[in-house]
Amino acid sequence: MQEQATKAGLRVRTLRKAYKDVVAVDGIDLEVHAGECFGLLGPNGAGKTTTIEICEGLTEPDSGEVELLGLHWKTDSEALRQRLGIQLQETQLSEKLTVLETLQLFRSFFRQGPGAEEAIQKVQLEEKRDARVGSLSGGQKQRLALACALVGDPDLLFLDEPTTGLDPQARRQLWDLIEEFKLAGRTILLTTHYMEEAERLCDRVAIMDHGKVISQGTPRELIASIGVEHVVEFSAGNTTLDLAGIGRIPGVRDVRSENGSVLMQVTELHQAVPALLAELNRQGVPLTELRTHSATLEDVFVHLTGRHLRDE
Amino acid sequence: MSRLSEHSLFQLTLVRMREFIREPEALFWALIFPIALAAGLGIAFRNQPPQVLTIAAVTPRLAEALRQEKLLNVMELPPALAEQSLRNGKVVFLAEPASDGSVAYRYDDTNPEGRQARMLADQAIQRASGRRDPVAGSDRIMREPGSRYIDFLIPGLIGMGIMGNAVWGLGFSIVDARRKKLLKRIIATPMPKHYYLLSFLLWRLLLLVVEVGVPLAFGALVFGVPLRGSALALIAISILGALAFSALGLLVASRVRTIEAISGLANATMVPMWIVSGVFFSSQRFPDLVQPLIKALPLTAVIDALRANMLQGAGFAQMAPQAAVLGAWLVVCFGLALKLFRWR
Repeated sequence: MQEQATKAGLRVRTLRKAYKDVVAVDGIDLEVHAGECFGLLGPNGAGKTTTIEICEGLTEPDSGEVELLGLHWKTDSEALRQRLGIQLQETQLSEKLTVLETLQLFRSFFRQGPGAEEAIQKVQLEEKRDARVGSLSGGQKQRLALACALVGDPDLLFLDEPTTGLDPQARRQLWDLIEEFKLAGRTILLTTHYMEEAERLCDRVAIMDHGKVISQGTPRELIASIGVEHVVEFSAGNTTLDLAGIGRIPGVRDVRSENGSVLMQVTELHQAVPALLAELNRQGVPLTELRTHSATLEDVFVHLTGRHLRDE
Repeated sequence: MSRLSEHSLFQLTLVRMREFIREPEALFWALIFPIALAAGLGIAFRNQPPQVLTIAAVTPRLAEALRQEKLLNVMELPPALAEQSLRNGKVVFLAEPASDGSVAYRYDDTNPEGRQARMLADQAIQRASGRRDPVAGSDRIMREPGSRYIDFLIPGLIGMGIMGNAVWGLGFSIVDARRKKLLKRIIATPMPKHYYLLSFLLWRLLLLVVEVGVPLAFGALVFGVPLRGSALALIAISILGALAFSALGLLVASRVRTIEAISGLANATMVPMWIVSGVFFSSQRFPDLVQPLIKALPLTAVIDALRANMLQGAGFAQMAPQAAVLGAWLVVCFGLALKLFRWR
């Protein structure tokens, strides 16, 4: 029993949480294995933050069970706090403290772990060691927040939207750091609404929408599950199209018109594109733009819900 | 690093100190402002030397008689000019001979200076005409520290400082941390929750040395404000006051989420006390009916106790009623704050 408990980094069963009249989390089950990076992917308001904050012991669930590292919040909260590393969404650390002072403070809360200086090295903030937090860029602040989550040498790391609001370069830098921690064998639960982030960092992903897990698996499995490997996107100016005609092209799974362009999900790109060109030619429609990409988790989400991840 | 500097209570208190000294405005309002206020008011309301009243006389004989009185500055003027001077206020009083050989006094009886001049002038003229007082009186002038406005003011300002720094200091810091979700972040660590609140109290007590010591030293050195009571009792009442106001600040900040709301709430709590608790003028001026209410306010208690200690030499026993008031505020506010406090 004990062995099984340590194997499971995190286990959540039939978790439910409602705020007034909104059901934020509607009976979800999750299992994060030790040493794995698990992603909760979904649009804003899907219930990701509520889920992760219940796991972090900051929010009380209405019902359901949470087991972390074989422990429970009700009975082992002190031991758990020592073993968890937490990064919350949108925490603003005190602007008047320096990077080093902030980490010394957070380090003092934990019995063991790397020193403040070591944590600074880990997140590559050596140059900003004595800079005030208020003077840091968004990416540097997120790296500091990450360092604050690491000073207790956690067995389980929670990252709530670690790269939201960052520019692409800062995002990539943070991804590199998170990947290093993955390699160090830590268990990570992260939430994100960036499908690139989930695809790159996560071993397994649960896609959430309206408080429910609508699909779960490795990114490869999820993409394969929709039976589509490629997406073709094209525009035909303002001319009216016969979408049904395009849908009859062999290997096309789905066709939809969206913001003036058309999205097709196809299995065989090399057959679908020539056939599409022939069909447009037949309909006498000029092609103004043509793009293709391999199917992503975004396409999985669109396939499952008919909406985009970042639609509000 | 030593063991102490690794202790989270030490680190948290250090954070309080760093946040305070890195906020120049806080430093100004907490330390410089009360001193500037004390200096300004001390000078404005300094006790004036006895005032000499300027009066006019129209004959040399009257002028001669009046000059015997040192508190009168007598100008001998021709009648027309004398009357004009009285009208435009250059002199407050005019003595002229009347037709029947008596002396006529002209002055505005609604002006206290005029009435005072009349008394002094009449006395001088009677004495010059040979009156002998049946009982001789002699003056012994007493201008003692302790009865001046500055002596009244310094304890008031100290009390106001203890209150303001505690309520603002706790209120702003806590609401700001809650607004930035820093409170939530900090309880997601293994830090014992009471350490967070304790760090505020520790920092408050450290700052108390400065916020009481500086105005006290300023008053004593610059204006000679007396310190007649036991220093230990003074320290004890200051600490009790700081704790009671910290509890009040904690209560005020227990649920508020915005800086605007805490500003309003803190002001609503403190402004009435600034007015009724006798910072700048005696709270005795308010009707007897509300006196028990005023006496029950924490600021009144602190200021009354400080004044009694500094000016009348009160020790622990005499300050017991005020200490009881402060103790009650401490217990009630802290208890309520613990019940109401929200970390997020």
